[in-house]
Amino acid sequence: MTRDEIKDVVLEIIQDIDEDGEVENLNADAPLRDQLDLDSMDFLDIVMELRKRYQLQIPEGDYPELASLSSCVNYLEPRLKDV
Amino acid sequence: MTGKPDNQRIVITGVGLAAPNASNLTEYREKLLKGQSEITTIDLRYMDPAPAGVCTFAETRYRKKKENKRGTRAGCISVYCAHEAVNDAGIDFSEYDKDKTGVYLGLTEHGTVETENEVYNISQFDYNTDYWTHHHNPRTVLNNPAGEVTMSLGITGPHYSVGAACAAGNAALIQGAQMLLLGEVDLALCGGISECVGSFGIFASFKAQGALAQHVDPTKASRPFDMARNGIVISEGGCIYTLERLDRAKGRGARIYGEIAGYAMNSDARDFVLPYGPRQSECMRKALAKGGLNPDDIDIVNTHATGTRQGDIEECRAIREVFGNSPSTYINNTKSIIGHAMGAAGVLELAGNLPAFEDNLVHPTINLDDPDPECELPNIVANRPVELKAVKAILNNSFGMVGINSVVIIKKYE
Repeated sequence: MTRDEIKDVVLEIIQDIDEDGEVENLNADAPLRDQLDLDSMDFLDIVMELRKRYQLQIPEGDYPELASLSSCVNYLEPRLKDV
Repeated sequence: MTGKPDNQRIVITGVGLAAPNASNLTEYREKLLKGQSEITTIDLRYMDPAPAGVCTFAETRYRKKKENKRGTRAGCISVYCAHEAVNDAGIDFSEYDKDKTGVYLGLTEHGTVETENEVYNISQFDYNTDYWTHHHNPRTVLNNPAGEVTMSLGITGPHYSVGAACAAGNAALIQGAQMLLLGEVDLALCGGISECVGSFGIFASFKAQGALAQHVDPTKASRPFDMARNGIVISEGGCIYTLERLDRAKGRGARIYGEIAGYAMNSDARDFVLPYGPRQSECMRKALAKGGLNPDDIDIVNTHATGTRQGDIEECRAIREVFGNSPSTYINNTKSIIGHAMGAAGVLELAGNLPAFEDNLVHPTINLDDPDPECELPNIVANRPVELKAVKAILNNSFGMVGINSVVIIKKYE
């Protein structure tokens, strides 16, 4: 998957968690939590959805990598390159 | 009970509800008087479709879609009913402290729906438990629905569930009244909730017991006391009341729906499922005694009858024993119209009768076309409403599995 595709997938997952959340004009480098109504349980939902879609196991120690949209894409790019 | 000081008298000042045919008391009362059932047929994951009562209400009026998705159906119904009750009572928490407000919700069961859904979910992943949701525990803890109410309203007083099978709604109402009388809280939000239609297992278990209603027309499937009755129609629903001590309610000029005049609970101590009339009549007599009332002081007995063969007979026997010499007492059944809302049943059915204090009408029992002689009742109100000269006291029966009985008596506030 390309970086743009990965970004779209992450945004789609977030939008599914919070249908009312405005994901269009996010600052990609700022923490998602500061811009959207997301808490730790929501981040676990993102982790679970990635596991369901791509059989991707994200260890707990890597959760901080999901903090911003850019860091998500950076983290996922090598892991989803063959998808 | 009227000899008691006002701070020892408990009154209902607000009602919030979600029923299979209405989402507020006015609409609900209108449909009950018309005998308008909106029981439908639903698909169940692993078994044939069955008649069921499903609620339609403004699910996002009081919280976001995201919160409904994270929480449970029971929580969603509870949050709606709680906000509706608080609004109906005109309470904005300037007159009551949130830390002196208690939330007590009756549940027949909880966690069944969520567990079934999650087992189904992991079945899509070859039962790999890595796919089991982290939401499972907060969704299935027994205080979940009441806890979701406190989060939504910012209530910091006590909250918990009262588990009492299908007597749970009444049991929670009694719990709320008792906590007010003890001075533990100043405002109680109490009632009952059911999300049972989301569980195939509850339907399948009643079916296995030969107690799941069937009829080609789902609106005719719930037919207590009728010869053609063949079981229970399962419904979801909820009803939450605001309860206050009379002195505080009067002090803020609250509208008063009625006063809790008497109540009782007891246990059959005999059988897992079969109800027992003699213990039910004892429960009714205990509630009357607590209220200092005689049977002929009761204008309406709202029955628990669910449409099972033996259950209906037992309750009718109990009612004949208590009210057989009370020609001024009229009897009806709300489940015939809305189905059996399980943990919500007692309070939801009571709510449908409270407006009788104003309109003096007894709503009908529908689908009673061929009365079972073993269910003979004096003054059963069948198929059309009956107008009384005055309605001053309503007795509500609510019984449950493993032998639990509850009776609540509400008097008109005068």
